[in-house]
Amino acid sequence: MELNELTIKESVEGLKKKKFSAMELTEACLSQIKKRNKELNAFITVNEEEALTDAKTADVLISEKKAGALTGVPFSVKDAIVTEGIRSTGAAKILDKYIPPYEATVIKKLRAAGGVVIGKNNCDAFGHGASNENSMYGPVKNPHDTTKVAGGSSGGSAAAVADHECIFSVAEDTGGSIRQPAAFCGVVGLRPSYGRNSRFGIMPMASSLDTVGPIAKTVEDIAMLMEIMAGADVKDATTVSDEVPKYSKEISKDIKGMTIGVPKEYYSALGGPASGGEISIDDEVLRAVQNQIAKLKSLGCKIVDVSLPYTKYAMAVYYILVPSEDSSNLARLDGVRYGSRVEAKNLFDLYAESRAQGFPEEVKRRILIGTYALSAGYYDAYYKKAQKVRTLIKNDFDKVFKKVDALITPTTPSPAFGLGEKLNDPLSLYLADVMVSPAAVAGMPALSVPVGKTKSGLPIGAQIIGARLDESTILRVGNFLEKNN
Amino acid sequence: MRGCTTAVILLYLTRMPISLEEIKKIALLARIKLTPDEEKRHAETISAVLDYMKILNEVPTDGVEPTSQVTGLSNVYREDEAVISTNKKELMDCMPDVYAGELKVPAVFSEVESS
Repeated sequence: MELNELTIKESVEGLKKKKFSAMELTEACLSQIKKRNKELNAFITVNEEEALTDAKTADVLISEKKAGALTGVPFSVKDAIVTEGIRSTGAAKILDKYIPPYEATVIKKLRAAGGVVIGKNNCDAFGHGASNENSMYGPVKNPHDTTKVAGGSSGGSAAAVADHECIFSVAEDTGGSIRQPAAFCGVVGLRPSYGRNSRFGIMPMASSLDTVGPIAKTVEDIAMLMEIMAGADVKDATTVSDEVPKYSKEISKDIKGMTIGVPKEYYSALGGPASGGEISIDDEVLRAVQNQIAKLKSLGCKIVDVSLPYTKYAMAVYYILVPSEDSSNLARLDGVRYGSRVEAKNLFDLYAESRAQGFPEEVKRRILIGTYALSAGYYDAYYKKAQKVRTLIKNDFDKVFKKVDALITPTTPSPAFGLGEKLNDPLSLYLADVMVSPAAVAGMPALSVPVGKTKSGLPIGAQIIGARLDESTILRVGNFLEKNN
Repeated sequence: MRGCTTAVILLYLTRMPISLEEIKKIALLARIKLTPDEEKRHAETISAVLDYMKILNEVPTDGVEPTSQVTGLSNVYREDEAVISTNKKELMDCMPDVYAGELKVPAVFSEVESS
């Protein structure tokens, strides 16, 4: 086994016992990136020089027995999360040369614990997408089959973890951007409850839905990372001050006696386009998830059928709320104060040209949809209507969690689809998130865990959704599924 | 009154898809220059997306409160203390055009008409 294939737990143990140095571990990851980046394109920026310096410092700290929880562990960061002194493009050319003078809170915490930032991951520009094909730095390919997408928007993060180009990654999930690529690439990804982790330093997409969370190789690693990342932050007034549980301990508690809900809406044809056509679930995906349900039953869980009747409206709600908030958030990128500027004869043209050249097509589309939905006369019909249906979706979840401890669903209706397959049909690409967006709209935490592969070798993910702020329970369920696979 | 609002909403939702002229107007409001090809593509794809949104017409929402946030938090306060967050040079380094230590921007009031 190569060093870069280790989990966080194995890395930390090995470093502590001096089986290898932080330098060797970082070099192993860097060498894997060099070998694979041309093909997979999981990184936009490789932070080689600084990573090696940080690894050297880590080795000193370890030898002085001053190591923190992550000292010497190399990790990557989605490029839509700002890293102080390291180029952060958000996968859009308007920020091609942007070197942030400040750091996202979660990254600050992980670096303080000793983590080494090895590079910045490719993603759909500003998180807009479900295939990582909306990056202005080229698509990310799936490490399991390079003719398939890695998923999105955090495709680079999921591919980098799956391909062992880092030990873990930090990504962002607005409507499925952590869970969907994690499922497509066969790794573990957690969308925490909205408000659990600070959003400070995340390039804002839809502020009322954005969350930041980890992608790793095991549930155990995710639990450990959440202990470091979670908690209130004065720089993000939407973070909650509830106590952060000791997730690492929580996950080993037995799941016997737990009630797991199987929401029927996720197992039949889901909210297809109004004009007909439905999204059907792939047979192999369905079987893999049903096997997990049987396994939970054999482990002593009570399985109950439940219904979340407003599920089919979640995508429509999502694609009104998100572009609306997107269009407002992205107004800050206008070529005036920071980012790329296209010189023009007047101020209007400077804005319009800088944005035309700096944004990819999907970002423009979302800004246009959002501008339309928020404009006078349409606000009530779109944004407000969507916010009202959002209430009903949230009520669905609140009601069901009075009866169950967690819900289990497939993470995606199908395994990774082909590169270019949905590129000219934005709506069908939007609908790739049909199983991950409802929990996001309601602010619930949700985990994707790998639960096997298709005959053709593509990973399948199961999604465990929990009650608000109850990451402990879904991590526990995920841990048991993983350990019994 | 409520019935009237619903009728207006239904009217808006059924008068889609979006025209090329509307796309041009929104692009102007959003400060994005589009090529004629892009205008056409956006009109088509955005029409399809807006058409999909019609599904929300099925849901009665009279009397339902809108959800703008899910945490239940309100009035989060902190001490109003000045802290140094970044230094001037680092911020200046992010600026696209600097003249004599200041951010340079084109004239806000201009006699040149926008194209």
